[in-house]
Amino acid sequence: MSDNTPSVTLHDMSLRDGMHSVRHQFTLQQMKELAAALDAAKVPLIEVTHGDGLSGGSVNYGFPRHADRDYLEAVVPIVKHAKVSVLLLPGIGTIEDLKMVEDLGVHTVRVATHCTEADVGEQHIRYAASRGFDTVGFLMMSHMVGPEKILQQAKLFVDYGANCVYMTDSAGHMLPEDVGEKIALLRAELPAGVEIGFHGHHNLAMGVANSVAAVRAGANRIDGSVAGFGAGAGNTPLEVFAAVADLYGFDLRGVDLDALMAAAEDVAVPIMSHFDALPRISREALILGYAGVYSSFLLHARRAERKHGVNAIEILKELGRRKTVGGQEDMIEDVALEMKRATQEVDA
Amino acid sequence: MSKIRCAMIGSGNIGTDLMYKLKRSGVLEPVWMVGIDPKSEGLARARKEGLKTTHEGVDGLLPHIEDDDVRIAFDATSAYVHADNYARLKSKGVKVIDLTPAAIGPLCVPPVNMAEALKRGADNVNMVTCGGQATIPMVHAVSRVSPGAYGEIVATIASRSAGPGTRKNIDEFTRTTARAIEKVGGVERGKAIIILNPAEPPILMRDTVHVLLKAAPDAATRDAIADSVRAMEREVQTYVPGYRVKEGPVFDDRRVSIFLEVRGRGDYLPEYAGNLDIMTAAATRAAQLFAEEMLEKV
Repeated sequence: MSDNTPSVTLHDMSLRDGMHSVRHQFTLQQMKELAAALDAAKVPLIEVTHGDGLSGGSVNYGFPRHADRDYLEAVVPIVKHAKVSVLLLPGIGTIEDLKMVEDLGVHTVRVATHCTEADVGEQHIRYAASRGFDTVGFLMMSHMVGPEKILQQAKLFVDYGANCVYMTDSAGHMLPEDVGEKIALLRAELPAGVEIGFHGHHNLAMGVANSVAAVRAGANRIDGSVAGFGAGAGNTPLEVFAAVADLYGFDLRGVDLDALMAAAEDVAVPIMSHFDALPRISREALILGYAGVYSSFLLHARRAERKHGVNAIEILKELGRRKTVGGQEDMIEDVALEMKRATQEVDA
Repeated sequence: MSKIRCAMIGSGNIGTDLMYKLKRSGVLEPVWMVGIDPKSEGLARARKEGLKTTHEGVDGLLPHIEDDDVRIAFDATSAYVHADNYARLKSKGVKVIDLTPAAIGPLCVPPVNMAEALKRGADNVNMVTCGGQATIPMVHAVSRVSPGAYGEIVATIASRSAGPGTRKNIDEFTRTTARAIEKVGGVERGKAIIILNPAEPPILMRDTVHVLLKAAPDAATRDAIADSVRAMEREVQTYVPGYRVKEGPVFDDRRVSIFLEVRGRGDYLPEYAGNLDIMTAAATRAAQLFAEEMLEKV
């Protein structure tokens, strides 16, 4: 293998982003089965947390079947090869949550902020780095700003002690040229020792193409989920990316494609079917990508449609117009009620 | 009628906005502004408004407290220095309104528990957080009608209105607000979420309140909750005119949800910064209640 063959660390999201699709209702057994299958496929890193990160359990985002701690205690001991990561969104979870996972064998802490608000993650990144975690800063909704802003915010994460920075396409809105341009700037300007990652969603069917563009521009960590198990139309389907990456000649550090396809088809798909949560580019998911709306709004918008009789598509479009950011799930019912009132006033 | 004379400790945005609010008050009079930087814009503004100023911190104020009859001080500095400021002011008999996250004194949301703090003779009250001032009146408005097992608030503020202090220690917001939802809001368990939105033009502060009742409310209880929410909205509006219930209360089994918007008064801070305005307005309200009690005792 030549020196310029890109080496890529795959990071599976199905046990965290997939939580959105099953309304955070995984059983411990389902988590263990999927984790074991990913481990058998030699996936180096898997994420286990509530969909909205540690302490995400709430009316706003949904209460999970089990606590973060219970899921981690179930998964960490059964994986032999894979390391486990957790997600934390400052403003939702706190440093207490990081302290809670310290004795559970977690390897990686990812601190996620909106792409312009990296400084709210300072205390969490400093803490995680000081405790020796593989520490990642995660810039959500990266389609909303230009490359210079992404770089400025990424530098803050690095200053706080992150050894890896992610550009995150939470809305599945980005196109390969945009991904390539932003990642290339990060790679050119950040210290060589800092890793760069990309997290895609498949709302416009660009998850795989965007991830390839990211790697070619210098990213070396790629997020995806087996069978695309995740919010919106799903994450980048990991086994598809692995196959494409192999055709491109990327080094996936020993990931077993056959075993990964088995994890997707034989384990992830039956679980998703059980929850009626097979990812698909439905009209609503397409609108998420097209209008640039946070992917986990999908199921909440459908629920608001059922409760208040306002079209989910129209709700999502309005949320896009208002430039809502990740975590603003409470705006969905608010906007639905406002639209319902407007309709009633016209009728009256 | 003579007014109760006040000092602002901290000459930043909050101290300056407080000064303008106090100048409108019928019972309070701002007389001192305390800073630590002689070149501070806030001190210059205060001098222009006829206040006495010092850039030597609380030490610069202490020798003048008796002569200038300062009875109430607002501390808008930081949690680190608040304990020290409080100890010195207390020794001179000054009541302290704490706008820092220090929370040495009781957590205070004026329309809910200021009367109780006065009854207990508190000489230091803490103003919780901006999200707490906006939402806890509503948690209480629900829980005073029907007991709440759980209260959750989501505060969304414009990025531009979140200063470096808030950003550096965002956990403080999450923790203090959650604690106040329980202690002041009156529910068994509290959770607080804060979100920063960078949209331009900046968004107004908006807040969502969810209370999970112990039992699904019947029609009469739902009506009583709706009335209680309206009454509380009017009460908060007496000191924050731009406070409004946008939607709700929405009922869904045990869940009661209320959607709020807070437009600031634009005294010194921009209108979108309803989160900062509601802090200074609530602090002014608390001081006014202290002052009314002081004037009655005369």
